[in-house]
Amino acid sequence: MLASDVLVAQNVGFAIIAAIMVVGALRVVTTKNVVHAALWLVVVLAGAAAQYVLLAAEFVAITQVMVYIGAVMVLFLFGTMLTRARIGAEQDLNNKNWFIGLPIAVLLLATMLMALNDGFKAEKLPVDAPVVTTQQVSDQIFGAYLLPFWALSFVLLAAAIGAIVLARRD
Amino acid sequence: MNAVLLSADLPYWAISLLRVLGGLVAVLLPAGTVVYLFLFKMLSFMQSRLGPMEAGPYGSMQLFAEVGKWLQKEDIVPASAQPEARIFKMAPLIVLASTFLLVVVVPFGPDAWFTNFETGIFYALAVSSVSVLGILIAGWSSANKYSLLGGLRAAGQLVAYELPMVLAVIGVVIQAGTMNLQEIVVAQNAGSMFGWDGLGNPYVLTQFVAFLIFMISVQAELSQTPFDMPIAESELVSGYMTEYSGFRFLIFFIGEFATAGVFAMIASVLFLGGWGVPFSWFGWTTIDSIDNWMNVAGPLILFAKMMALVFFIMWIRFSSPRLREDQLQRFAWKVLIPISLVNIMLTAVLKVAF
Repeated sequence: MLASDVLVAQNVGFAIIAAIMVVGALRVVTTKNVVHAALWLVVVLAGAAAQYVLLAAEFVAITQVMVYIGAVMVLFLFGTMLTRARIGAEQDLNNKNWFIGLPIAVLLLATMLMALNDGFKAEKLPVDAPVVTTQQVSDQIFGAYLLPFWALSFVLLAAAIGAIVLARRD
Repeated sequence: MNAVLLSADLPYWAISLLRVLGGLVAVLLPAGTVVYLFLFKMLSFMQSRLGPMEAGPYGSMQLFAEVGKWLQKEDIVPASAQPEARIFKMAPLIVLASTFLLVVVVPFGPDAWFTNFETGIFYALAVSSVSVLGILIAGWSSANKYSLLGGLRAAGQLVAYELPMVLAVIGVVIQAGTMNLQEIVVAQNAGSMFGWDGLGNPYVLTQFVAFLIFMISVQAELSQTPFDMPIAESELVSGYMTEYSGFRFLIFFIGEFATAGVFAMIASVLFLGGWGVPFSWFGWTTIDSIDNWMNVAGPLILFAKMMALVFFIMWIRFSSPRLREDQLQRFAWKVLIPISLVNIMLTAVLKVAF
């Protein structure tokens, strides 16, 4: 491999962002305050958006910011602040059965690694991969994948209606 | 700015430095002008008084005096907010950062832009929603029930009005056939109405409904009266800003008016033709045939259009009463969103028909 084929800036950027994401993800589960956990999760999600930018997937990156940071995390914070978020460290934040999550997480990671390894083997991404434009993405969503897109929308609609039905007492 | 800078053959750090300076000017200059012209002078004239007159001619230096005053004040963190002092101090910065991220995609002239994003307007809507985070944690970390209520109100309001804003923009995007703000400007100024190109085709005419919805949503996103429940001074002291003083309050204050300016810029790019004049006036056809002087005139034209829009925002702010919280939510979900959905459908049908 030629030295000029190595994308130094991209790799350094990836490493820095990945390190920040790992620290953020660990702090999400170790911090003593619900709101802090949510804010660390924002760091992780923003890092994912930054990684998408590095992959030249501009549309996905912006969607990540809009949906996860702008909507999901705001709702998350809104909900916790409305119900129980206290200032400072909290007691009994940990579930007694937290260690059951560990093997499941390891299992999930192993499955993903296996699937990736199995699917791509030693295949490498081309250095100058073609940039997928937003137009191509939308052509795919509203063309070839229209039916799955509709199905997903109906799932979300059902979830929204279900939430309203559960929340309303009258 | 970009093409001009690249042709000057500067090193990368110099270009970056110039871009940062350009961003500062593009955020602070509109904010300062808006505060002086509208908050100090227009409001005073509407109330039959002169407003600031001492500092400089007609009080034009008042703003610098105010900034100097705020910078001298002590940076207080309330005792009950001490455990969360870091988050308390971070919150205003997040709000201001979202404003700076927003200005990055606004085109100021044929070559005068910071970035020429393919998905410019989508990016703008996404980063503008980040400011909600700052407001929420400002309200929470203040450890004060009024602040918390203000923050929660702000979050509910901003999430609710984000939707009609996005849906209103979709009408413009369908008509222009692009999400690139620069191309939206060109599409308006190079366009024609029924074969007549004397005015180009500003989308404020064809997308009038979307324009109204967008401006109402901007009013709500900026928490200006009649949508100022988050900082309702007669109910919540000053909402999420209650505990802030000194330069952190200043940052919130700059953020509010700078965001007003930047949103007005985006609205004029989307609906009023942005930096351009109708291309038929000077015989231009495409973006490459535009004369170079537009890179100087463009920012001024955009600035003038922005001031006109901010004038309306402020006019409504100074002259209307406050809505109730439930009226605000009902207006967004039951009036604005259905209308904007109908607008999208009509635009799509007409786009296919013509």
